[in-house]
This record gives sequence, C-alpha cells and structure tokens, in this order.
Amino acid sequence: MNKALGGMARGMALGAAGLLAGLGTAQAEPMKIGMITTLSGGGSSLGIDVRDGFLLAVKQSGAKDVEVMVEDDARKPDLAKQIADKFIQRDKVDILTGIIWSNLAMAVVPASVRQGIFYISPNAGPSALAGKGCHENYFNVAWQNDNLHEAMGGYVQANGFKKPFILAPNYPAGQDALTGFKRYYTGELAGEIYTKLGQTDYAAEIAQIRAADPDSIFFFLPGGMGIAFMKQYAQSGLETPVFGPAFSFDQGILKAVGDAALGVKNTSQWSKDIDNPANKAFVEAFQAEYGRLPSLYASQGYDAANLILAARDKAGGLEDKAAFRAALKEADFESVRGAFAFADNNHPVQDIYVREVVKEGDVLTNRIVGVGLAGHANAYVADCKM
Amino acid sequence: MFFAFLIEQLLNGLQFGVMLFLMAAGLTLVFGVMGLINLAHGSLFMLGAFFCSWIAEASGSFWIGLGGGFLAAAAAGALIEFAVIRRLYDRDHLDQVLATFALILIFSEVTRWVFGDQPLYLDIPPLLSGFLPLPGGGGYPVYRLAIIVVGLLTAYGLYLLITRTRLGMRIRAGESDREMIGALGVDIRKLYTAVFALGAALAGLAGGMVGALQSVQVGMGEPVLILAFVVIVIGGIGSVKGALVASILVGLTDTLGRIFLPQAFALVLPVAEATAAGSALASVAIYLLMAAILAWRPKGLFPVNA
Repeated sequence: MNKALGGMARGMALGAAGLLAGLGTAQAEPMKIGMITTLSGGGSSLGIDVRDGFLLAVKQSGAKDVEVMVEDDARKPDLAKQIADKFIQRDKVDILTGIIWSNLAMAVVPASVRQGIFYISPNAGPSALAGKGCHENYFNVAWQNDNLHEAMGGYVQANGFKKPFILAPNYPAGQDALTGFKRYYTGELAGEIYTKLGQTDYAAEIAQIRAADPDSIFFFLPGGMGIAFMKQYAQSGLETPVFGPAFSFDQGILKAVGDAALGVKNTSQWSKDIDNPANKAFVEAFQAEYGRLPSLYASQGYDAANLILAARDKAGGLEDKAAFRAALKEADFESVRGAFAFADNNHPVQDIYVREVVKEGDVLTNRIVGVGLAGHANAYVADCKM
Repeated sequence: MFFAFLIEQLLNGLQFGVMLFLMAAGLTLVFGVMGLINLAHGSLFMLGAFFCSWIAEASGSFWIGLGGGFLAAAAAGALIEFAVIRRLYDRDHLDQVLATFALILIFSEVTRWVFGDQPLYLDIPPLLSGFLPLPGGGGYPVYRLAIIVVGLLTAYGLYLLITRTRLGMRIRAGESDREMIGALGVDIRKLYTAVFALGAALAGLAGGMVGALQSVQVGMGEPVLILAFVVIVIGGIGSVKGALVASILVGLTDTLGRIFLPQAFALVLPVAEATAAGSALASVAIYLLMAAILAWRPKGLFPVNA
C-alpha cells in the first residue's frame, strides 16, 4: 500500500499524463524498457526489424504506461556497453532488450543482470549465457544460438549427405553455429572454415570449397555477409546444394540476394506460414503498419514484447521482482510460433522448421517443408545452475 | 589441382587489391595534393554502389547504372568539396577528421532516408557472367577478371594523366608547392575541385563494381575505407604508384593469409584449433605487414617529397 502511495506521489510529480496512465491500469510507475540494437551499418536491417516488431506489439497492447527507449549500438560492443550503463544509471530502466549480436550481448548482459536488471533477448543467444553463465534475470525469447544449426545438421544427415563443407564468421555465434551443426551431423566434413566478421568478399573461400569438392554446403553468415556469399556463390558456377539457418534467407534480405536463393533449404523457428491465429494477425498487422513482410527478427521482437507485457500483467507490475520473474518463466503469452515454453535455463523449447525459398508472384519468400527438430530445447540446460 | 587453386587465389588477391587501389588512389591524391584527410571517401564508394544499383534497376542496364554511379559520385565529390572541404584546407588534420566524419554520418542517414534500410539488389551484367577456364581445372568468373582489367587500365590512365597532361603537371606541382603554383596563375580552387571529383569518381566506380558482388547497403564503405588507409600508409602518402603496389600487396596478403594460414597451422595443430588460430592471425595479417613495412621504411614504400 505504501509502495502504491509512493508511486502515486511520483506519478503526480511526473505530471497529469503520468498520473492518468497510473490510474488507468493500476500501475504505479511506467515500465521502462531500454532497447539496445543495431540500427546503422552492416547489420542494421536486423535491429530495425526487431525494433519494429517490438514496438508493434507495444502499440497493439494499448498500454500507455510502457516507455520504450531505443538506441543504436552500430554493432560495436563498447558502444552497446555505454548505452547499457546510461540506460541503467540515468534512465533507471527495469528491462533491457534488443541486442542482435552475441559479442555485444556478452559485453552487456552479464553485468546488467547482476545489477538486478532483467534482460530479455530477442536474438543473440550465446552458449556462454545458456550454460554456466546463465542467470535468473536473463531470458532468451528467440533461440539458443546453436538451435537452428543443430536442426540443419540433423536435416543434412537425415537426407544422406556425406561430405558437407561448413563455414561461419569467427565470433561467438559463429563458433556456436558450427558446434551446433556438428552436434547433429556426426559424419565426415569436407572442410570447416571461420571467416572474418563483416567480410564481404568470399572468392577465396569459394575457391577453397571448390577444391574440397563437398556434396553440400552449410553456412551461417548473418546480414550483408550472407548476401555477399550467396551472390558470389551463384556467380562461381558451383552447383553444390546450400543449406543454412534462416538468417541468410529471411524476408529482409531475400530481395537483395535475388534468384540465387531459390530452392535453398533453411531452418527457422518461425515462418510466416505457421498456421495459428496469433501469427496470422501478426503478419497482417506488420504489413499494414510498415508496408513490408515481417522477418523472423520482427517475429522475435514481437514475441519479446508480448512476453514482457503478459508477465507484467500477470505479476501486477514490476514492483515484486520475484513474481515478475516467475511470470516471465511461465511464458503465458500468445507466441506467433504457437507452443512456447522456457527450458530450465530460460531458453525456449520449440519446434524448428525446415523452410524452402520460393517465389510467390514476384516476391521471394519461404514455405515450410518440414520440421527439423520438434520440441527442441538446447544442449546447455544441464550446465546451468541458477 | 593445387596449382589451379593457387592461381585462382592469386587472381582473387589481385582483384581485391585492384579494387582497393580504386579507393586508395583518390584518397592518396587528395591527401598528397591538398593535405586533406578525407574520411568521407567510403561514403562516396557507398554512393556509387547505391546509384549504380538504383539506376541499373530503373534502366534495366548494369552499364548505365555503373556510369550513373561514377557520375553521381563525381558530382557528390565536387559538391562536398565546394560546400565543405574547401573550408578545411588551412585547418589542421583534427578539424578535417571531425568534419569529414560528420559527412559520413550525414551521407549514411540521407542514404537510409532516400533508399530505405533494406539492402539493394545489383547483379552482374549477363555479358560478364561466364567463367574463364583455368589451367588444371576450375573456372574464374569473367566479372572478377573484368574488375582486374578495369583497375589496371585505371592505374595506367592515372599514370598517363599525372605524367603526360597539363592537369597532371599541375597536380604534381600542387603536391610540391601549392603556394607557388597559385602565384604562377593556376586557379588552385578549380584544380582542387577537379582532383577531389576525380578521386570521388574512382571510389564510386569501385562501389558500383563491387556492389554486384556483395550487398549494397548503408555502411558498406567504411570497412573498405580502413583498408584504403592502410594501403596509402604502406604505399607512401600521396604516391599513386605506391598506392598501386601497396593495394596489390595488401590484397594478396589478405587473401592468401585467409586461406593458407589455417592450413599451415593444421600441419602442427589439431584442425579445430588450427582453424581458430589461423583465422585469428589472418585477420591481423595486413596490419602486421603494415608494421613491418613501416619499421623498414617509415614513410612508406614510395615516399613523396622524400
């Protein structure tokens, strides 16, 4: 009661608008969310989609007592750290979210959750934060980094490929990717290489692939790296089938890749043709709001916001952190992926689909062709002691 | 088989180097003649790629797009020289860095505002989409060979321009003594605008050609800019010949390092560790090259006014 009164007093101090909002939904103070994401430079289309999906969900909820602050990290770990410090110390946020890249997440998340801030990851899910480094205040709504790659490894193995060539950038998520692939693909490899993060010319790697003579290629190269690789691969005349996680074949970049992507199989926890009412409504609303098809990043941002909002309503605000944490863990919200639950280490248990790039009219998009791994959690649950 | 592989990788390194040269030539000319550090050079590269992509899509022809990208970058170069850069010649390098860094931000935001956030599509023209067979098997994309040819022709053209023409004479004179050449009645402002626009056009040309290989997106210019700075420092600031030699050195070091360092480590280490160690060393190989060359020749390979 005292807390509520104190909150009311502060609400009045904030002015009439704050007070009205406070009365309207029985929330003492607006919930402050700091979003650190990549809005400029090479990986900007990912951050922009996460932001747009997130803000769409907040807008749809009609909640007026939610304040979302968005800042651009330009894919720089030091900048992300600075923004996080500013959000925590000056703006007194309750929740941080938004980081796309695993190396940035490693710079921000451990220190933030130790200070009692909740971090809800809409994308990056490095293994270090899923196993020994897990934390009760850290939740990942998207996936553990290895997930999509594990599903692809399983799919490649199940389809009888015997000699895949695998490559990824040299950073935490890249290493997780190849580890994940090899966890479910246990056969022989034609080769394995790590490339520079942000590299745009893959001629040397493609020549190496040609020399290794593989029967399939698996690559994880998010953002502009994947566009460059696919274009150069198509120009190289190699016709070995290509597999990858959804990142290089998602809505945001298919147009830039062009017809080179047609027919490529990719794994994703989300697709616009997943058949459930929440997903249909999301795809329609996103198109109406932004005039483009949503990407998987947008779906992750959208789910992250809905998770936070549902947990807050259930816990009756953020005053009682333990109740809010428990409500987050229950994950009682309408995910666009359908069934959704958290494993013991706060990472999702979900179906990973296999999709194929197809053309609908003039637009390149994806269609689900199967399930790679059903009800899949991650390999690090046992390492996590909360 | 290994021989063909080596040739292919040498060509890749050469192509990468030649592309870097197109960037570095403008940068080094502008620094040599005007004493200006231009961080916005990467933005002109990006602008070339965006205009090339946009015009190519509208007109249906890559070639018109490439010409458009070249001209648009030249025009943008002339425009910023006239509006901003001109005020910076007499200032120290810190002011120049600040102002041209601001230009990067402005160009990035304006490009985002005009063209949107999604990467644009640009494909290589059908004429250049084939492969040239290599001795020993495999093929090399004709488009990449074309980049090498264009880059080397440009280098030769620049050499002729600088050594054989009146404009080149003035550029050389401007490099050695800019007050004297002004006193001799040469309109130094026009000369500066022309040199700046020339450098910008070369960056735009590189952007347009590379745009067909990679993704055309905001921020694509800055990684290339950093390498171009490495090139002009190695080559000797202000020297076009130095830029050519250094860019090919950097291109070959980077490409061959990326491929052969992990393989070399694999001779003594398990594969996974060799891959990690080799990739890590490869990513700093060009900086090691720079450090070694500067320790040997502190002013670069071909110092101007040595």
